[in-house]
Amino acid sequence: MRRLLPLLLLLGAVAEARESGFALMSPETQAMQRDDDANPAMLWVEEGRALWESAGCSGCHGDVAGMRGVAARYPAFDAAGGGPVDLAGRIAQCQEARQHRMPFARESGEALALAALVGLQSRGMPISPPEDPRLAPALARGEALYRERRGQLDLSCGQCHDENAGRRLAGSPIPEAHPTGYPLYRLEWQGMGSLQRRLRNCMTGVRSEPYAYGAPEYVAIELFLMRRAAGMALETPAVRP
Amino acid sequence: MARVLINLPRTARRGEVVEIRTLIQHVMETGYRPGADGVVAPRDIITGFTCVYNNEEVFAAELAPAIAANPFLSFSLVAAESGILAFTWTGDNGFEQTETRSLTVT
Amino acid sequence: MSLPSCLRSGIERRALGAGLLAVALLRPARAERPGLREAVLGFTGGAEPAEGGVTLDIPPLVENGNTVPVTIAVESPMTEEAHVRRIALFNERNPQPHVVTARLGPRAGRARLSTRMRLATSQRLVAVAEMSDGSFRSANADVIVTLAACVES
Repeated sequence: MRRLLPLLLLLGAVAEARESGFALMSPETQAMQRDDDANPAMLWVEEGRALWESAGCSGCHGDVAGMRGVAARYPAFDAAGGGPVDLAGRIAQCQEARQHRMPFARESGEALALAALVGLQSRGMPISPPEDPRLAPALARGEALYRERRGQLDLSCGQCHDENAGRRLAGSPIPEAHPTGYPLYRLEWQGMGSLQRRLRNCMTGVRSEPYAYGAPEYVAIELFLMRRAAGMALETPAVRP
Repeated sequence: MARVLINLPRTARRGEVVEIRTLIQHVMETGYRPGADGVVAPRDIITGFTCVYNNEEVFAAELAPAIAANPFLSFSLVAAESGILAFTWTGDNGFEQTETRSLTVT
Repeated sequence: MSLPSCLRSGIERRALGAGLLAVALLRPARAERPGLREAVLGFTGGAEPAEGGVTLDIPPLVENGNTVPVTIAVESPMTEEAHVRRIALFNERNPQPHVVTARLGPRAGRARLSTRMRLATSQRLVAVAEMSDGSFRSANADVIVTLAACVES
């Protein structure tokens, strides 16, 4: 144990070095996320519960509790597509390939509701990206996109979220950009949204052209961000300002 | 049907003051907000809420556009006798939704 | 030289009208609204509410004005003889002064209401309670809404 202690301390320090955006929020917004009866995102979870039955998910997957741990492992390698697929993409694929129906549109209330319900099953679990060598090219692409300067402001994601994390942009603290709670309820949106919506928001913020919803670039960035956040606890469905 | 979350204890002692918290999914469009096309979206809000306990109103509220989207309301009532609580939200464009919960008083 | 008063007021009114029109064209969403005090006195029927006995709990510094938790509590035994009839909340700088009005009575057990509100900008809020004896009490709070950098356009 004595020999393990320095290692544990080191791990603790590494874990402490990363911080969820939750820590930067006001006590009031934190309270809203902590309390399931006050968290407006739980309205979408409720809708997801109804859809889990009515949209036929339970027919194959049974009780949604069986999805425990799933959201912590996405994006995952998709053999059919030959690249990574995010959780929303997997749900859409499932609807299309197995149920032979039009999938819920990305960012629709239904798609967010199902993703929130599935995400909730992994709440509190560590983010555990799959160790799959086939994901390596997309992971490298994701990191490159994260480091690439873009838009009229000529800023990369990392220039804000690595180099200036914890400082303020206007009145708002800059978080470290760990996608620990998606889909989440953003006060700014007055509703639920995915990580892709948040990424689009950042891209228009630096005056660059955002990719279309579902674009492989978003999935690559998510893959990189989830790797960067590996080991942090999932918070889905989170609340953010 | 809008999704609704209602939190209250299932049982309470007679005379106990019970806290109730409600959330309902609603955009609460203010009527002041221009859309992407520049046209102001017409007002669409929940304007009224009532909580009726065994056919007697114990709490009601009038809501204005200044209430946040997905309105949250928390209030209390005295657990007098076992019975049914009916929660009703009404609003623009004929919005009306009622949810009921039972409360057992011991 | 002085103009006849009827004509003078007509000209002034036209000038004022043009000014209002310009304001209306520039800011179509911000029509004239009653002031905070007017709104409060509208609720009380002109009576001046007494300060005290009301708690208005809202964060003094708000990171997003879209969803601001607010709690109003009124000191009252909440009996048949002495209770709170209504609790109202008014704002100073939203497009409309009214936020919420609650109707309650002894069966509520406690004169306490929580909700979440929108704040267009930093401003003052006033909570007013109507007591069963017909008197009014109030509390106010000033809130600062910080400037958000990453709003979705």
